[in-house]
Amino acid sequence: MSHPEEPLSNDPGFGRVAGKGLYDPAFEHDSCGVGFIARLDARAEYEVIRDAVEILVNLEHRGAIGGDKATGDGAGLLVQIPDALFQETCRESGFSLPEKGAYGVGMVFLPRDDALARQAVRTFENVCEQERCPVLGWRKVPVDADTLGEFAKAGQPEVRQVFLSRGRLDPEAFERKLYVIRRLTEKTLVGGGDDPSPFYVASLSGRTLAYKGMLVGTQLADFFPDLRDERFQSAFAVVHQRYSTNTFPSWRLAQPFRFLAHNGEINTLRGNVNRMRAREAILESGLFGEDIEKIKPVIDEDGSDSAMLDNALELLVLGGRSLPHAMMMLVPEAWGSMFLMGQDQRAFYEYHAAFMEPWDGPAALAFTDGRYVGAALDRNGLRPARYTVTRDGRVILASETGVLEVPADRILSRGRLRPGRMLLVDLEQKRLIPDNQIKATISRQQPYRHWVMENRIGLRGLLMPSHPPSEDPKVLVRKQHAFGYTEEQLSMILSPMASRGQEAVGSMGNDAALAVLSDRPQLLFDYFKQLFAQVTNPAIDPLREELVMSLMGFVGRQRNLLAETPEHCRQLKLHHPILTPEDMHRLRYADHPDIVSADVDILFPSGGDGAALEEALVSVFERAEQAIGAGATLLILSDRRVDADRTPIPVLLATSGLHHHLIRRGLRTRAGIILETGETREVMHFALLMAYGANAICPYLALATVRHLSEEGLLETSPSPEEALDSYITAVKKGLLKTLSRMGISTIRSFHGAQIFEAVGLGSGLVEKYFTGTASRVGGIGLDEIAEEAGCRHRKAFPRTGSPSRLLDLGGAYNNRVDGEKHLLTAEAIYKLQQACWTDDYRVFKEYSRIIDNQSSVGVTLRSLLGFQKAEPISLEEVEPVEDVVSRFTTGAMSLGSISRETHETIAIAMNRLGARSNSGEGGEDPRRYTPLPGGDSSRSRTKQVASGRFGVTIEYLVNADELQIKIAQGAKPGEGGQLPGHKVSEEIGGVRHTTPGVTLISPPPHHDIYSIEDIAQLIFDLKMANPKARVSVKLVSEAGVGTIAAGVAKAKADMVLIAGHDGGTGASPLTAIKRTGLPWELGLAETQQTLVRNRLRDRIRVQVDGQLRTGRDLAIAALLGAEEFGFGTITLVTLGCVMMRKCHLNTCPVGIATQDETLRSRFPGKPEHVERFMRFIAQEFREWMAELGFRTVDEMVGRVDRLVTQPAADQKKAGRLDLRGVIAPPHEDSASGTPVRCVLSQEHEIHEALDSELLERIGPALDKKEPVGIEMPIRNVHRSIGATLSGEIARRYGLEGLPPEAITLSLAGSAGQSLGAFLAAGVTLRVEGDANDYAGKGLSGGKIILVPPGSAGFDPSSNVIVGNVVLYGAVRGEAYIYGLAGERFAIRNSGARAVVEGIGDHGCEYMTGGVVVVLGTTGYNFAAGMTGGVAYVFNESGAFDTRCNLDTVDLESVWTEEDQQELRTLIEAHVHHTGSLRARRILDNWEACLPSFVKVMPIDYRQSLERMRLQEDRDDETVSATEEVYHG
Amino acid sequence: MGKPTGFMIYERQDPSKRPVNDRIRDYREFAAPLTDAELESQAARCMDCGIPFCHVYGCPVKNLIPNWNDMVYRKKGRRALDLLHATNNLPEITGRVCPAPCEPACTLAINQPAVTIKQIELQLVERGWEEGWIQPEPAPLKSGKRVAVAGSGPAGLAAAQQLARRGHEVVVFERSDRVGGLLRYGIPDFKMEKWVIDRRVEQMVAEGVVFETGVEAGVDISGRYMQRTFDAILLATGAGVPRDLDVPGRDLMGIRFAMDFLVQQNRRNSGEPAPTGEEILAQRKNVVVIGGGDTGSDCIGTARRQGANEIVQIEILSQPPPQRTPDNPWPTWPHVLATSSSQEEGCRRLWDVATKAFAGEEGAVRKLQCVRLDWSEPDEQGRRTCREIAGSEFEIEAELVLLAMGFVHLEHGPLVEGLELDRDGRGNLQVASNFMTSVPGVFAAGDSMMGASLVVRAIDSGRLAAAAVDSYLS
Repeated sequence: MSHPEEPLSNDPGFGRVAGKGLYDPAFEHDSCGVGFIARLDARAEYEVIRDAVEILVNLEHRGAIGGDKATGDGAGLLVQIPDALFQETCRESGFSLPEKGAYGVGMVFLPRDDALARQAVRTFENVCEQERCPVLGWRKVPVDADTLGEFAKAGQPEVRQVFLSRGRLDPEAFERKLYVIRRLTEKTLVGGGDDPSPFYVASLSGRTLAYKGMLVGTQLADFFPDLRDERFQSAFAVVHQRYSTNTFPSWRLAQPFRFLAHNGEINTLRGNVNRMRAREAILESGLFGEDIEKIKPVIDEDGSDSAMLDNALELLVLGGRSLPHAMMMLVPEAWGSMFLMGQDQRAFYEYHAAFMEPWDGPAALAFTDGRYVGAALDRNGLRPARYTVTRDGRVILASETGVLEVPADRILSRGRLRPGRMLLVDLEQKRLIPDNQIKATISRQQPYRHWVMENRIGLRGLLMPSHPPSEDPKVLVRKQHAFGYTEEQLSMILSPMASRGQEAVGSMGNDAALAVLSDRPQLLFDYFKQLFAQVTNPAIDPLREELVMSLMGFVGRQRNLLAETPEHCRQLKLHHPILTPEDMHRLRYADHPDIVSADVDILFPSGGDGAALEEALVSVFERAEQAIGAGATLLILSDRRVDADRTPIPVLLATSGLHHHLIRRGLRTRAGIILETGETREVMHFALLMAYGANAICPYLALATVRHLSEEGLLETSPSPEEALDSYITAVKKGLLKTLSRMGISTIRSFHGAQIFEAVGLGSGLVEKYFTGTASRVGGIGLDEIAEEAGCRHRKAFPRTGSPSRLLDLGGAYNNRVDGEKHLLTAEAIYKLQQACWTDDYRVFKEYSRIIDNQSSVGVTLRSLLGFQKAEPISLEEVEPVEDVVSRFTTGAMSLGSISRETHETIAIAMNRLGARSNSGEGGEDPRRYTPLPGGDSSRSRTKQVASGRFGVTIEYLVNADELQIKIAQGAKPGEGGQLPGHKVSEEIGGVRHTTPGVTLISPPPHHDIYSIEDIAQLIFDLKMANPKARVSVKLVSEAGVGTIAAGVAKAKADMVLIAGHDGGTGASPLTAIKRTGLPWELGLAETQQTLVRNRLRDRIRVQVDGQLRTGRDLAIAALLGAEEFGFGTITLVTLGCVMMRKCHLNTCPVGIATQDETLRSRFPGKPEHVERFMRFIAQEFREWMAELGFRTVDEMVGRVDRLVTQPAADQKKAGRLDLRGVIAPPHEDSASGTPVRCVLSQEHEIHEALDSELLERIGPALDKKEPVGIEMPIRNVHRSIGATLSGEIARRYGLEGLPPEAITLSLAGSAGQSLGAFLAAGVTLRVEGDANDYAGKGLSGGKIILVPPGSAGFDPSSNVIVGNVVLYGAVRGEAYIYGLAGERFAIRNSGARAVVEGIGDHGCEYMTGGVVVVLGTTGYNFAAGMTGGVAYVFNESGAFDTRCNLDTVDLESVWTEEDQQELRTLIEAHVHHTGSLRARRILDNWEACLPSFVKVMPIDYRQSLERMRLQEDRDDETVSATEEVYHG
Repeated sequence: MGKPTGFMIYERQDPSKRPVNDRIRDYREFAAPLTDAELESQAARCMDCGIPFCHVYGCPVKNLIPNWNDMVYRKKGRRALDLLHATNNLPEITGRVCPAPCEPACTLAINQPAVTIKQIELQLVERGWEEGWIQPEPAPLKSGKRVAVAGSGPAGLAAAQQLARRGHEVVVFERSDRVGGLLRYGIPDFKMEKWVIDRRVEQMVAEGVVFETGVEAGVDISGRYMQRTFDAILLATGAGVPRDLDVPGRDLMGIRFAMDFLVQQNRRNSGEPAPTGEEILAQRKNVVVIGGGDTGSDCIGTARRQGANEIVQIEILSQPPPQRTPDNPWPTWPHVLATSSSQEEGCRRLWDVATKAFAGEEGAVRKLQCVRLDWSEPDEQGRRTCREIAGSEFEIEAELVLLAMGFVHLEHGPLVEGLELDRDGRGNLQVASNFMTSVPGVFAAGDSMMGASLVVRAIDSGRLAAAAVDSYLS
């Protein structure tokens, strides 16, 4: 994830950033294909190498190629040392090697510059000499550079191998010595400066050796002739094919590293790295002795996330733990109470949780230390890992099945890694060790269970206070003033939390001023925006998949990482990090030798400036150090003693400052940081504090406020004060889980210190010192302003004259208030715009735009600080006409459901009249709209969205689009899912979504077929295959690093990428998400443009922007920053009558826009003309700007950042500190480099090379005459999305009805690639003999998929895996018969397909809304989570099914009605008919005996809906509404 | 918010009024309050808008309408009252006499009857008085600074209260015998009975405001002296100079300024001695009111109660349309035909009429000679011009003519002259953005600096000026 020259700490200082703009290599992500092959007999053979290379070749589609169209992102092998090869070749090089095992080999990348290389060699040899480890010689590794791409050549190193003698050291000691030598050398030679090929040691070991480079799999063996040499023998090879979001020369980031290869991403890296650093201070090891100092710092921060994980693993393994033990510590499986596991194993995890947090993030890891070769998945199991064991003793594991062809009769078994599980080949014992054996052994190697039970400290075990302290109500208001509480926060934030136990929900976008542009004092929290997962890793659903998440943590003094003692877990165990005043009392007066608390006041003198604040911080740090020295294990930072003379230090500043201070001083592990704070009240506050170092938080003032609100009866409901407090804490906990999950993080222990926030408006000095490592790209305020804002609040509480007001500040951050926060849309702007559009008066429009633009001049948005470089104006006539300009416009994605049908169709008609685009939003489209209206209008949405719920995404929907948009995130709620409550799913809405009316519809937070960057490439491919005529776009939300994601998306061959601002609208979302996530589009767009251009990817992808675009000036700035297209959401609605009620989530829109209520809809005043006029007006105003700036066309304008200037802010106090030079920095220092800065090419989609183009030629008779066609052919895993294109052709002609049954039969043999039968149309039967990969049957649209093992296979299909993860995702109708086991998330979001399968993994039938699934064997955990419709029948032979089923939304019952029995039997009979399943036949043969073992899984919602329909009852017509995706829980 | 669907369930309900025949027999107020339950339902109609146009656009004093509506709905009257007082010192007055521009700006008014904002305001504050929630709030810490306020109309009262609560010593100079300015003498009792003012003044006195009545600043106490004895001076003397009609016959008896007429009746009602000069009474007279505004209506109601014969109100502008026109969209003030309660009590209204001359007998007016006008379509700047329609001349009989054509500017009396304050082109006091006049330490608020306007604007201006004075003093 990182870059050689760039340390992770992303220095926000402008000196450095200005040169390169917003792009920072620290944002890079990678993902990939990963795997290994190993021989159980441990015999080294050349065939292993040959096979490994072939695996890489067959995984090539999971990698990526850069802007030069030849450079791979990286590929490599980690193998045993090929002694035979080296004995001979070294002799040829002039030195001889001792016997096998008596030497070590280093794979070294040297600078190409001779002098530098010589110096590096000298340094290396000096270190070896110092460490008394003689160098035997150097071998120049032969390479063939002809195959390399341009980028790869630029960074190509000189590759050499160095040989060292083991001497008299034992092999383990030798490995440690080599580790020491490598670290010492790395530290000496660090910082290659501008050297494109700096010194790097790929591996240095007596056991293993890495061959890797900036290559694709096919190039590897060409580049390294060694790999074609039959003397190159190994018993195993770990392989890796990289797909990174970026392609700067970075050979060193190719994988595998020294121990592992990683497909995935570590989300919590910053926290992991900081804590590793903190632990170094107390690191001791008998094995290393004095040498331990030489390896510090343990983490080489120049590496990528995977490289750093490798560093940590290396330390643990060489520090004495076994490889599997170390893996279990770093990437533990979920061990919550829902999981069945032995007590010892659970205790193992708990014990280690006290001193090692998970390196959290999606991960498929393949690893080896020379003895063990293994693989593991993280707790969520979001990366695929399939394996085959052959009868001749080979284990082949890879991201896909079918990467190596194995004749069917030689397959012993086929399986997959399950979430949190490990697979290990022990080359010493020469056997395959399954997960449970590995873990059972390791869990019992020490009495962990006893250690934990005897040592952990529970809060309840501490003394109960006799007089819990309470807040004096008289001073409550004063304190609320002091901490900046507002009336709005009481009613909109705290009240919902205390009343309903969850965060408040709101709607529309956030158009309030950024904190740094606000003229009102802001809390320090307000300057931060939360980062979130998009594309490169999935967000988590904290409700439906809560079982993998945890808020548990340990607080106290930590011990030496390299030792194991009972005391390691002698810390305070907290089930969650929220403490009450009673808890604080317990801690303060605890009578326990390990609970020693020390109070540190975080206050500074009232009226003090930045210097006074700094002085106070220094004394806080000193006081904390003294306390630690005196034995404190808990530091309590408290602002409780605020009074007239003392002002609270912003708690976030004190916390993060202390956290970093203690890390720097090597003291952070010695004590926990606990906060007693009046400032903290919103979920975002808690999250920030945890992410910047707090271990636990007591929000005493928020709790006192909640109590007061409850006592005064001011809450929404009337809970007792105790209930209200409980609800509030529950809401905070849920909110924290939500916050974690947005970033894809599962545990608070990993989130702790992870700093996944970006600052907007904080100065570089401040960030460097107190928030080290946080991105803050436009500079901003320092301690002076922070002190001033704290002072403002304090003066309200302690005024010099008069008394503090009884009322708090009003706020106005959400709903506008005079004297409240500034908002972009004002009352006047709204009515002027409506008047302009309704009376067709451009003059009034200009009045409107003057209001908006003037307002920006006093600062609401970043673009208000940008101005234009004047030029010779041209006349308006010379500028391209309005008609051409509007073709670049689109409306925002708003689903039918979030807005009324009238509104939705009005917009579509208007945009179609203009030749522009409207966007269907999520939720399907009525096929009626595909036909033009009488009179020539069309209400068909040209852009159709594909979102995570896949509602209404059928093959017919796909082919009726000009653009298919993959919505990764949405500005108002990135990383969030959504929920449409059943009572809002009307007949109409259920109809277009292909679900049952009345059934709750849940959109999951991630797309379950996009867990990584290579997955989005696959989805883009699927969509292209389904509709080759449509362009495919990807919608991202601005955040730090969005540019690198956009680069990845460009490499994934999207035709357009949309960068949405954080301020986009929504029908419903938690307020935290609306307000606190994502960044302004100015930053995201600029970063995207800079990154794409630098990577030479900009020429092949268009860029669109949206987010509060309001006037021609906005468009001009956006175009100059690099946007070719422009989207309008909220403002479109305003032209139609929206007055920003922000009530979309309540179904009470008084102007009939965001409502489904019939009466209100009848008040909808909008006409297509209103939208048309707006689009013309804004295009006209855009043209006026173009004329003034001298541009004739938009194309000329795109990316011309040289024509932008920064303009000083009106308010010099805060905004004056901002520096936007990075935003307008040219992508190249040399701007005349000729690299295109806009899209001039189209992507090469390679759809013609796909299997379907061949199929298409052969199905003519079926397509034209509906005559049956049968085709047989062999297939490989490289054949992806089979059936999608021909389904598209069918749907174009016959709609969703498709062809008659069995019109086309495809019989395929082999391993099918990903997305087998995607969107398969009715009338097509796909039968595969072999197996299939992930995403089979996604969006199934009526076709039939049959999967059977090869006829000659000897294994038992009912216990072998035949298909991967996420099968039948979003299936609409059709059938699937699967004779074998399927992976995780089978039939997820199925809304109509019928399927039979022999057994499945975790999360089966998740979010299912319709259809029937029969499972003839076992299921994994969390079956039916969020399942609201359809039926599942599970053959519950073991009787344990109910422990694996998530019963939140479903009932379990027996199959007792005649109807159900008939349905089940029919399906099983069909399964036997299609697959010949023995198990199914056995069940049918013993039907009466087996029937009682079947469980029917019936969603509660669904039953009610069916009953309602059966009773012919009228639908619930009391305000039947469908306000989209109302957040729930 | 209390009830998201309130507006879909409850209809607007206005207070009932005593029948015309009954109410014109006296000068008392005639609207009956809603019941508590009715009021709460009315408050439930408020939608707590994302952009509350009533508050950010409609209401000059920026009343926190959604906030207090919510509290009224939820029966948290006391908190509602705090919210009401947070922006408005005199809600019992605006609740009675404000034209309530908030209501046409209410989001509901886009397609439904607006929320009954004004009525809720009135009943809320009256409840506060009844319950004893409204108590003096003297400042606990005094600043030691002294401020003189000239004038005790809405701007002066609001400013004085704000300043006193900030800990300053405030003296209000009022040239009349009683406090209130136009509130007391300009507004007829049937719209607002005067105990309403006394009640508030009592609270202010308890908060330390000193009222010096019968003292005309600049005359009885010189501006220079005030400058010496006070740390700041705030002028809130109103815009007392009425607009005149300079046509032949203007000097006939029976042609009077509306304000003279209204003040007399108010004094009569409260038993104050009539000022020198003859009584202006409408009894058994034909009355013509020139000017179609609120003052005109007040004249009509007063004349009706005095027992006038026929009352005719003439307006120079055209009759407004019954509904909003496209260039007068929501949420702007609707220029539509409306009937005030006084007009309801009986009068004839004429539009497009200009008065050319008065004719009289024996020095007293007997008739008006009028002509009808034709107004042009608006030009580029939106201005209309008029021309007289030839041959449309006509006459109206009148024994009493009341000129209600608005006000020009403040009286440029000794105070203004003495302090040598700059005036703007329209004759109003010129102030900087911090309400300070051309003379340091001398501030101005209300009609005196912005020209005649609504009571509610005067209150707002008084509050803002008070804040400016406070920050000047600290």
